Amino acid sequence: MSALTFLIVAIIKIAITLGVLLTIVAYTVWLERKIVGHMQNRWGPSRVGPFGLLQPLADGIKFLLKEDLTPPYVEKNIYLLAPALALIMALTSIAMVPIGPVIHLFGIDTPVQITGVLGANGQPSDINVGILIVLGITSLGVYGIALAGWSSNSKYSLLGSLRASAQMVSYEVSLGLSLIGVLLMSSTLSLSGIVHAQLGTWFGFIPQWYIFKGQFVAFFVYMMAAFAETNRIPFDLPEAETELVAGYHTEYSAMKFAMFFIAEYTNMVTVACIASVMFLGGWSGPPLPFLPAVIQAFLPLIWFSSKIFFFLFLYIWIRGTLPRFRYDQLMAFGWKFLFPLALANVVITAFFVAMRA
Amino acid sequence: MHLFLFLLFGAFCAGGAINLLIQRKTINSALSLIVVMGSLALIYMLLGAEFVAVVQIIIYAGAIMVLYIFVIMLLNAGEEEQSKGSNVAKIFGIPGLFAGGIIGIWVLLQHRPQEKLISIGMLYGPADKVGMMLFTKYLLAFEVTSILVLIAIMGAVVLARRSNS
Repeated sequence: MSALTFLIVAIIKIAITLGVLLTIVAYTVWLERKIVGHMQNRWGPSRVGPFGLLQPLADGIKFLLKEDLTPPYVEKNIYLLAPALALIMALTSIAMVPIGPVIHLFGIDTPVQITGVLGANGQPSDINVGILIVLGITSLGVYGIALAGWSSNSKYSLLGSLRASAQMVSYEVSLGLSLIGVLLMSSTLSLSGIVHAQLGTWFGFIPQWYIFKGQFVAFFVYMMAAFAETNRIPFDLPEAETELVAGYHTEYSAMKFAMFFIAEYTNMVTVACIASVMFLGGWSGPPLPFLPAVIQAFLPLIWFSSKIFFFLFLYIWIRGTLPRFRYDQLMAFGWKFLFPLALANVVITAFFVAMRA
Repeated sequence: MHLFLFLLFGAFCAGGAINLLIQRKTINSALSLIVVMGSLALIYMLLGAEFVAVVQIIIYAGAIMVLYIFVIMLLNAGEEEQSKGSNVAKIFGIPGLFAGGIIGIWVLLQHRPQEKLISIGMLYGPADKVGMMLFTKYLLAFEVTSILVLIAIMGAVVLARRSNS
């Protein structure tokens, strides 16, 4: 495949992924309002369109037409840079995620992954250090929040952003450590390699995902650290409406606020993608021979989408159920409980991997 | 193509470094330093050292610079005061800079290695090779560095502790 072909194919993949991702983000907001509404024994949005399905469209139009106010006392350049940074970092991680196996379309063989090409041995090959790039982009995501709070030049924003950044930095440690167990077992850092290490089934229907192969504890550590990373309940003290006015995005209006909003939900989707790739086998799943052949062709995509939907539903379910942590409880939980647990998981997994070798 | 990319990332790096020096607000200097770290990581990736590149992003741009930004935010460092500039500096400085640059480039070109040039992918790329080197050939340096970091942490804890008085 020549460089030009790769570039054109990559641009097409990026366009499709961006469109699908932004639609998923918009409808996750709808889904959240509906599910939390039903959990609280009320209907969510139900007026705009059937079942309120056009509500995201109405919200989008509202955000575009709202008054875009830039307060005079803010640090102008950084104030404008911060939501852009948050959104860029949120949208970039999707490039590493393998969404499907190699497909053959219009004479071109390419894996369903933005940074993937068909390698010489017929296997998809992507960046050798894919998972580390995702972790790096997560670390860079702190900048959007830190700079937003500081540049707003208001005490509530500054305190909210400091709390949010300290929380994100603390839970990044446990996030990375919980993934090391999976990396030890798969002995590769590339995301498509990790998916390939989880192909196959036991007894024909139990898939060989890492969550069943002993990374159960790591899965829970990852999920809890991911909830804290994306600032979702029960860890959303920095941005809750009843605390600190609205935290780091107090002084932002209309489209810039929408950018933070989109960045938060895109981070949720990214976390769901990484969790499904590392622990639940990505696009792999047990074969379902009783389905008609036309659906069988899309089976990896259906598996991947179901896993993403499961994680998004889990996020929303927990949002509707749990109260939020107080800040000192939050930091104690991250450092005194999750971090030793993740370390213990690394040690035990390393022990078993060494025994087996 | 590789030369073009190297020149592009090198220009980002040099531009970020010069911007760091000429900016008056501290926060803009810190953000320029982040650009420098990022372009260094891109140059590492161009050389084939992908693990080092990503670790550079995670550690330098993602952790150390975040702490710098915290410090700048909390201390609220103001703008830099700039003096008016002296005529002596202009008369001797700018030609001196050119002369120093020309001498430096001449010396480097004299000592350019003729046989072994760095090519793309020459360095150890994947993480397992870097890990093997780190734990076999460079083990002493690795262990001594960890003790160094431990000393720094202990120093920070002692300094930040409240005095019992």
